Amino acid sequence: MNQGTYSVLSNINIAKDVYKMILGGDTSQITAPGQFINIKLDGLYLRRPISICDNDENTITIIYKAVGKGTEMMSRFEAYKNLDVLVGLGNGFDISKSGDRPLLIGGGVGVPPMYSLCKALLDKGVKPVVILGFNSLEDVFYEKKFLNLGVDVYVATVDGSYGIKGFVTDVIPLVGEYSYFYTCGPMPMFKALYKTCVTSGQFSFEERMGCGFGACMGCTCKTKNGNKRICKDGPVLEKEEIIW
Amino acid sequence: MVNTTVTLSGITLDNPVIPASGTFGFGYEFADIYDINILGSISCKGTTKAPRFGNPTPRIAECTQGLINSVGLQNPGIDKVISEELPKLAKVYSKPVIANISGFSIDDYAYTCEKIDSEPQVGIIEVNISCPNVHNGGMSFGTDAGTALAVTKAVKAVTTKPVYIKLSPNVTDITEIAKACEQGGADGISLINTLMGMRIDLKTKKPVIANKMGGFSGPAILPVAVRMVYQVYEAVNIPIIGMGGISCAEDVIEMMLAGATAVQVGAANLVDPCACKTIIEDLPAVMQKYNINSLQNIIGGSH
Ligand SMILES: Cc1cc2nc3c(=O)[nH]c(=O)nc-3n(C[C@H](O)[C@H](O)[C@H](O)COP(=O)(O)OP(=O)(O)OC[C@H]3O[C@@H](n4cnc5c(N)ncnc54)[C@H](O)[C@@H]3O)c2cc1C
Ligand SMILES: Cc1cc2nc3c(=O)[nH]c(=O)nc-3n(C[C@H](O)[C@H](O)[C@H](O)COP(=O)(O)O)c2cc1C
Ligand code: FES
Repeated sequence: MNQGTYSVLSNINIAKDVYKMILGGDTSQITAPGQFINIKLDGLYLRRPISICDNDENTITIIYKAVGKGTEMMSRFEAYKNLDVLVGLGNGFDISKSGDRPLLIGGGVGVPPMYSLCKALLDKGVKPVVILGFNSLEDVFYEKKFLNLGVDVYVATVDGSYGIKGFVTDVIPLVGEYSYFYTCGPMPMFKALYKTCVTSGQFSFEERMGCGFGACMGCTCKTKNGNKRICKDGPVLEKEEIIW
Repeated sequence: MVNTTVTLSGITLDNPVIPASGTFGFGYEFADIYDINILGSISCKGTTKAPRFGNPTPRIAECTQGLINSVGLQNPGIDKVISEELPKLAKVYSKPVIANISGFSIDDYAYTCEKIDSEPQVGIIEVNISCPNVHNGGMSFGTDAGTALAVTKAVKAVTTKPVYIKLSPNVTDITEIAKACEQGGADGISLINTLMGMRIDLKTKKPVIANKMGGFSGPAILPVAVRMVYQVYEAVNIPIIGMGGISCAEDVIEMMLAGATAVQVGAANLVDPCACKTIIEDLPAVMQKYNINSLQNIIGGSH
């Protein structure tokens, strides 16, 4: 974990209420895809946890949806604004278990961590299949970014306004055999995937956080491997250990 | 050179800054962030007789200048604390620590304190009496002078270490409880624990926290804490560890002027992992600014 000052390099609207922000600063503490950052915002007491979508040596990309006070404040930030950020939080995805054809399944603002995961898998020579689920055409983002990585991408929208009509689970029968799965998204999607996916896999969870780095026990859940703090022992849990 | 040392029940602290129970785990995880040996001491996570998962999530709700928590005393139980947590802390921290003990019956408190009594690194036992008493309809031990007295006596009977009773602010007259603890033989008083609070989510129209209510703390409660420390200082003759909303060196001095010999920093650690480090580093300059040479000399200075 690193605590530091990060400056907003850009902040743009990419879908309905969804923004992409690039932050400049130290990224040496990012050790796995699926980790998150925790952002201090003026006037709000708790930090806001947001997944790392992508990073290089000195920038971090995040994608967030404006849903409340903090994220709405963020959506108005302009370049050069400095932020106090904790970087490199959580365990992240374990890419060693992927097999040769894993599925990456992102729902809504669960899509961002799938991007750095996709890049990490490609780096080790594994070509995943990407499934993105959204409510409607106006919510869709990052399809092209994944296509540019050279992977197969399926998009599903609940109302059928773009891609395949239905849920991500409706896409799974169309993709053929897969070795493993990784997912981030809303709880109902998780429960459906838990039933649908035949292989092992990893889920990235959300919980209300007090600290985001393991100090307060505010985010603990029960697993088959004992109590785990979503912020430190998670946010990624393995399918076999989850208690629903 | 200013002098930041203070003496608490015969233990000399390099400075009065102590991370508060429940906001610093058993300390060792913070050793990855900074050298925790700069801390005056550490108050460890509240420990109970049996392991506890705690309350369902969500356990956290944001407030203006604070947060509500309903962690529910999640801890691995006294046996694991002794066999696993304290040894891990001992590897990275060399000073005496404060063990924070909770219970749901008087026997629970006595059992846990007797066990912790044999731990050499524990310098002070801090007894959290904000817990519900299962033998009394769940009413908190800390809201009744009679039960506070009984817990203090039971704990004092099983340990030779200094015992600090940690008071709940959710009472009509805090001095009455403090006096009962002093009468029961307490070596000191810690205060304040969290204030009962609640938030309701406008979107769901339901309480944010699964347990509906929780403990409110953070900068917003500093004035309440200063007031209570001030009152308790007038009511008893034993030392006070003051806490509630402390987030900077100025707050430390204010709390000491109210009557605290040492202070604890809680919520601030959660939003800024280096909060205690920054406070300790800032103290000398802030002391100089207010013409303070020695912190020990300002305790209760506002009375
Ligand atoms: C590990 C992790 C990764 C996340 N990654 C992303 C991401 O990449 N993109 C994205 O858009 N969102 C992400 N979220 C959700 C994001 O943290 C919330 O949307 C955000 O905190 C809402 O803040 P607010 O002030 O706008 O909302 P408010 O409702 O005003 O927030 C009030 C309080 O509730 C907390 N809170 C509200 N919703 C959530 C939530 N869903 N999860 C956790 N805490 C919440 C806030 O942090 C704050 O403390 C992630 C959450 C976690 C835990
Ligand atoms: C997340 C959290 C967990 C806590 N757990 C404990 C505990 O286990 N035992 C205890 O005596 N107090 C506990 N407290 C109370 C604090 O030690 C402290 O008394 C209170 O929060 C006031 O200080 P603050 O305003 O600096 O947070 C906890 C507080 C928080 C925020
Ligand atoms: S949010 Fe504090 S331990 Fe996870």
